[in-house]
Amino acid sequence: MLQSLRGRVVVRGQAEGLALVSDKPISFLGGVDPETGLVIERGHPLEGRSVAGRILVFPGGKGSTVGSYIIYRLAKAGLGPQAIINAASEPIVAVGALIAHIPMVDRVDISCLRTDMRVILDGEVIHFE
Amino acid sequence: MRLTPEEQGMLAGEQGRATQRAMEIIVTLGHIYEAERLLDVHSVQVAGVSYRNLGEAGLEFLRDWAAEGARVRVPTTLNPAGMDLVRWQHMGISQEYARKQLETIEVYAAMGIQPTCTCAPYLVGNVPGYGEHIAWSESSAVVYANSVLGARTNREGGPSALAAAICGRTAEYGLHCDANRRATLRVEVRCAVCGLDEYAALGYLVGRDVGGGVPYFVGLSMAPLDAGSADVPQEGTSQDALQTHDALKLLGAALASSGAVALYHVQGVTPEACIEGVRPGVDLCPCGIPRLVIESLEPAITALNASVESIDLVVIGCPHASLEELRQVATLITARSPRGQRLVSDLWVTMPRRVREQGEALGLVQVIEEAGGQVIADGCVVVAPMQELPYHTLATNSAKMASYALPHAGLQVRFGSLERCINAAITGCWPTHQP
Repeated sequence: MLQSLRGRVVVRGQAEGLALVSDKPISFLGGVDPETGLVIERGHPLEGRSVAGRILVFPGGKGSTVGSYIIYRLAKAGLGPQAIINAASEPIVAVGALIAHIPMVDRVDISCLRTDMRVILDGEVIHFE
Repeated sequence: MRLTPEEQGMLAGEQGRATQRAMEIIVTLGHIYEAERLLDVHSVQVAGVSYRNLGEAGLEFLRDWAAEGARVRVPTTLNPAGMDLVRWQHMGISQEYARKQLETIEVYAAMGIQPTCTCAPYLVGNVPGYGEHIAWSESSAVVYANSVLGARTNREGGPSALAAAICGRTAEYGLHCDANRRATLRVEVRCAVCGLDEYAALGYLVGRDVGGGVPYFVGLSMAPLDAGSADVPQEGTSQDALQTHDALKLLGAALASSGAVALYHVQGVTPEACIEGVRPGVDLCPCGIPRLVIESLEPAITALNASVESIDLVVIGCPHASLEELRQVATLITARSPRGQRLVSDLWVTMPRRVREQGEALGLVQVIEEAGGQVIADGCVVVAPMQELPYHTLATNSAKMASYALPHAGLQVRFGSLERCINAAITGCWPTHQP
């Protein structure tokens, strides 16, 4: 059954894919390998998973302010997420998504979403089942 | 958001594509933070300098932007590179990496940015004034500027800081606003906190708890800050005041890396938490905010220490060392290492180039180099291509370095006082059981 959530547009766009969901913030610098797209932060719930092509769902960014370039590098290498959904965005991830042309919304109740759910993002609307 | 006619013009491309791109970034941030207007910025600190982090894609992004005519409008300083720009061969860095790193610096310089290559711009002349609006990236510099200097900046990303420098604006949100500078967590410190490593450990513990909030510390005994001595110390700056600057530097860096803290207050010490800094009508530490009591720093010591005994590399200077810290390292080596004996471990003391030059003039650099240590300007372990180098274990007195060492540099780490770190450099060893 298709359900919907509404968020706020950070970077407008459309995307469709499988969700990769975490309830812990992600630091792109040091936490995601730009060469492989894998989450490498030790102890992170998503450690070892690939963000490539996923609708990446997490509370928000953390850590180093260079994370924006890591997101850009991932996208350039074809390893970036298809879209980013945050509960509350912060500049590092927002700017990374902007310069990498990755659709992004925030102000979403991410507790409704689970890894491997099929998600469609269209502007501020998220459809999932 | 209300843009001035000039700002609207910039966004429409009237001042060129480079400025338009910069405004798009600034306006996007303003939109998500529901800012009402933009502010002029007085200075910018740009992160995203090490070629290891930028990669070819990031460098291409910068080159494209420079080619579109990107030039900074305000004094702009740069974060550390992945190496000493002059003595990179002594670090064991490859020619290939060096070439790309130097190219990156050139692209930034072409935009009019000063290649200061330090995470402590306040040590090399970029010293914002109280209340001044700036746009800084580098989490440890941001928290220092906000907390120790009372300036106002959000935690900018590399590209957003660069965008602010190119269009001279930032959106009025977050820590640019009075209301957001109030404490969200009251931290009562009930244990002794003396050495720089102890301030770092405290920051590590509180950062984990407070996340992105604003901690307000009570119970710390620190000498007052000397007004205007955030820069390389002047004649007559007291030893205690220097120590306070460095202690706050390490405290903030740990808060900003284990958490996402961009501002903290220390009762009676930091400018906004002193009588002079109190703004009428603003309750800096409101009643009813959560309270965190720190009884012991042990949990930080445990979290930041792997059980390694053989130390390959000792690193002091995260954030970049002040002249005072350089002096302390030289003093310890002179006192504890027999003259002419070389250190067993490698030792890197990282700092701004200006501090290295002053250290050289005082004979401090020679003491360290004669013992086999390296005094490294411009560079930083956290962003250096450490995978090219033969190190497996590291010792440091910085909680930021200790928490980043494994994920960023693949190194197992020991964390403790400067004295224990220098002992480790001298003996090559960090004994598990040491009084």
